[in-house]
Amino acid sequence: MNMKKAAVLLILMLTAATFAWAGPPQEKDSQLERGHKVYDKWCFPCHGTGVGKPGTDALKARGQNPAVLEERTDLTAALINTVVRHGVGFMPVFRKTEISDAELDAIDAYLMRNNKK
Amino acid sequence: MKVPPGVSTSDFSEALRQFEEVVGKEWVFTSDEDVAMYRDAYSPFYGEADELVASAAVAPDGVEQVQKIVRIANQYKIPIYTISTGKNLGYGGSAPCYSGSVVLDLKRMNRILEVNEKNAYCLVEPGVSYFDLYRYIQEKGIRLWVDVPDPGWGSPVGNALDRGGGYLLPQFRNHFDSHCGMEVVLANGEILRTGMGALPGAKTWQEYKSGFGPWIDGVFSQSNFGVVTKMGFWMCPAPDSYQVGTVTVPKYNDLTQLIDILGYLENTGCTNGMPFLGSPMLARGPIGEQGPLADPELTALLNDENGPVPEEMDAYAEKKGVHQWSCTVSFYGGPQANAGNWEFAKEKFSAIPGAKFTDGGAYKLPLTPEVQAKFNLPQFGIPSLQMFSIGARSAINPTPGEGHIWFSPIIPRTGEAVFEANRVFRQAAKELGLPVPPFSLPTCYWERAFIFLFGFPITHDPETNKKNRKAFQQLVKIAAEHGWGEYRTAPAHQAAVMDTYSFNNHALLRFHETLKDAVDPNGILSAGRYGIWPKHLRDSHTWRSS
Repeated sequence: MNMKKAAVLLILMLTAATFAWAGPPQEKDSQLERGHKVYDKWCFPCHGTGVGKPGTDALKARGQNPAVLEERTDLTAALINTVVRHGVGFMPVFRKTEISDAELDAIDAYLMRNNKK
Repeated sequence: MKVPPGVSTSDFSEALRQFEEVVGKEWVFTSDEDVAMYRDAYSPFYGEADELVASAAVAPDGVEQVQKIVRIANQYKIPIYTISTGKNLGYGGSAPCYSGSVVLDLKRMNRILEVNEKNAYCLVEPGVSYFDLYRYIQEKGIRLWVDVPDPGWGSPVGNALDRGGGYLLPQFRNHFDSHCGMEVVLANGEILRTGMGALPGAKTWQEYKSGFGPWIDGVFSQSNFGVVTKMGFWMCPAPDSYQVGTVTVPKYNDLTQLIDILGYLENTGCTNGMPFLGSPMLARGPIGEQGPLADPELTALLNDENGPVPEEMDAYAEKKGVHQWSCTVSFYGGPQANAGNWEFAKEKFSAIPGAKFTDGGAYKLPLTPEVQAKFNLPQFGIPSLQMFSIGARSAINPTPGEGHIWFSPIIPRTGEAVFEANRVFRQAAKELGLPVPPFSLPTCYWERAFIFLFGFPITHDPETNKKNRKAFQQLVKIAAEHGWGEYRTAPAHQAAVMDTYSFNNHALLRFHETLKDAVDPNGILSAGRYGIWPKHLRDSHTWRSS
């Protein structure tokens, strides 16, 4: 990884860490709710449960267990943001006109909600 | 900062500053990190010096902003390249056709302006996705279906302008044909409305397509003559019921009669769902089964130098007790009509000796979730990303590529053409060192012609991509030599494909160029799209082989 990417990742991790510890419970709830909505709109069609979900199938084929993103407890903001903004394999980039930085933060919060603190 | 070719740094900086005044600083993207998001994830030049990349991007949220951007671009001669949702993967994604263009990203223009249930149409902006439109009609309980293509994240406007297809009744499947009225920002910043939209206060913009005088909508598809900012579409009133059935026929040459009868049934309105051709013997279904054949004996028969020998194929099929071809037909409508039409289809297909039938069931719509899981969702107007399972990592494809592009020639809708195309493309694949498909069946989007779809993997290895690019363009030429033309292609190959449409010394392309020079004299709009280049770039970019 080059220095620039490393710096971006560090900033993203710090942003996520700041979020995780910030704000009163109500704000946190609304952020999770927002994250859930954004996830349902942008991520679920590929990474959700049920038949015909290529993202879930791809992660399953890699041995990822659980393969459904919503069920995982090991995702980090750095990983999510890198994949969303750079793409991986068949998954393309999602631009800021599709998922804004604020919406991406909300997805991070939602997908990390069950991580061990 | 990357600067568009032929533009001074100071002019570009000033244009960007003015773009920011129009849309706000937040929606002009110039950093390497942000601009990289406009790369085509499935670019055949991925990571090479020739990869088509943007210099910047600007994202308006309304037609007035588009007008202002176009005027600024004209003043400073900035090449701009329009995208809608930017998810035209396999056919270009969000990257420009001319490196250094500023991407005009219309994703923020995502308003569903009208959905009229009574007369079954909608009017939408380019940033609306099929998912958005579907969710909107679901939330509002509107009894209309959207004809969706395979990837649900696409834009009805973008897909129609690229002349994509879907799965419902024939009058909706061709997405450009099913549009009704458009609004276009021209290169000079003027707004033009087509069809009845040209009549101020028109009451039927989305209900009568052609208006008065020359019907020009077609020139804004697969082209670069304007920026389409609104488009109307006819939608399918939610059908009451669905019925499906499959006919199989035993002999190799039965495919010809099978297709002839299918054409009769479709074009007389007996069957109105999208048909699927398959082969029980080759284990080729309508979608997905693309792997090698299990039986080497069958592979050897198919690999015969002059193509499969019908008598040998028939002997093999008889020995194995399998039929060689199948056709699945479906019906949307009232339950009695569907059942009657299926009976009539069976009667017609019975003209082929040995034809057998399988009832696939009759269902009240909407389907229950359990039944729905058995089908391809777009057949019921439900957007999905299921099609990306082909090619992506999965249990049957553990080492996938990084994407794909499609070689997709149009061939006649006859059995003879299917056999000939298989013979020609198998031979070409052998000569070009490509994997040789056992046998390919076309898809039946359009009622009068078939389309063959061959996926070309995209890798991040330049040598492999280079080899595939060369092979792709050879296939384009070989197809053209047999009278088959591509219906759509990725930017990397658009000039090469346009070159094959060369009747009378490229009269069609020369007409496009005359038009381009007249309506976009500075050549700012989507230079190179579909092989149409503005005057100042024409000599260095246009392909003319003869």
